[in-house]
Amino acid sequence: MTPHTAPRTLVIIPAYNEEASLPAVLKELAEQTPEYDVLVVSDGSTDRTAEISREAGAHVAVLPFNLGIGGALRTGFSFAVRHGYERAAQFDADGQHDPVALDSLLAGIDAGADMVIGSRFTAGGAVTYEVSGIRRRAMRLLEWLVRALVKQQFTDTSSGFRAFSRPMIEHFAVNYPVEYMDSVEALVQACNAGFRVEEVPANMRGRTGGAPSTRRFKLVYYYVRLLVVLVVSTTSRGQRARRVASRSHDS
Amino acid sequence: MTPVVAGMSTAAHVLVIVLAAAVIAFIVHLVRSRRLRAKYSVLWFSIGLGLAVLAIFPDLLVEVSDLFGISYPPATFMLLALSFLLILVLHFSWELSRLEDRTRTLAEEHALLRQEVEERLHPPSGGASA
Repeated sequence: MTPHTAPRTLVIIPAYNEEASLPAVLKELAEQTPEYDVLVVSDGSTDRTAEISREAGAHVAVLPFNLGIGGALRTGFSFAVRHGYERAAQFDADGQHDPVALDSLLAGIDAGADMVIGSRFTAGGAVTYEVSGIRRRAMRLLEWLVRALVKQQFTDTSSGFRAFSRPMIEHFAVNYPVEYMDSVEALVQACNAGFRVEEVPANMRGRTGGAPSTRRFKLVYYYVRLLVVLVVSTTSRGQRARRVASRSHDS
Repeated sequence: MTPVVAGMSTAAHVLVIVLAAAVIAFIVHLVRSRRLRAKYSVLWFSIGLGLAVLAIFPDLLVEVSDLFGISYPPATFMLLALSFLLILVLHFSWELSRLEDRTRTLAEEHALLRQEVEERLHPPSGGASA
């Protein structure tokens, strides 16, 4: 099932009601990186997210209800697997990622990495991204926990600007964590499963449209939940294999 | 003087037996009308039977309590009931997680199939990125 002639790279854009920012994002991608295919996964959107993306010439997968970024990404990975893409990238619908930086992420994949994270904080990345005090402390704790769990230093564990190799895509098409704050869990999962994960500096811009996806008190709840999930997931070795078995559908 | 079994009057005894019978009758009804899956019916039947046995022979509870050194027999009943409910709720959480996982997978599958159908019916008009 490969309707495309030479598909190589798929840019996956999870989008929940992003009609305000998507046109500019898709236009920029088409101009800067016309060689990459774009899949917008409309995650239960109630606005014109799907129509706008289709008009812009992107592939569009419409989820019947909201699954969260994790579910939308997993859909994208399945799409990439079925259509034979060798590389994939995760890209934000709100315009905070720079298409130009996609190349440096994907270059890491070509150099042998399975997942490359575009970091807002590594040395070399211009400090264009501001976070508040409490949030920074929370991110520090997360960083520390991740480092303790995977024995590797990351500066931006929650960045949603990432590139993936084919083996990583295949792994995530089945195993991508679907709970909120999926990006951190995905990072730990990839490391634990023996995939090579790297980080490169990447500039981030402010959001061009839409509203941040979650309220603060909810964020705290999800944060605590994530800490629990992270600690538990690294202690249960059999979990991954079981999930693969229970989800073994055709591909 | 009414005969007293395990501290219950005859009226209370009859009431408990009637209640247990009603529970069993309701379970039978649910299973027969296929509104309860077989795997759950076995579970609830055992519970119904247990209740019936206790309703008919309340002294059993007293003996079990004595065996474990519980001085207040109703506490034994509460302990058993609570443990059972706890396990049941845990089981349901597990079942729910599994169902949610399947629903998710179906939703993803649905989205991908729909994408394919739509692109076959209305091929993209040659956008730069498609």
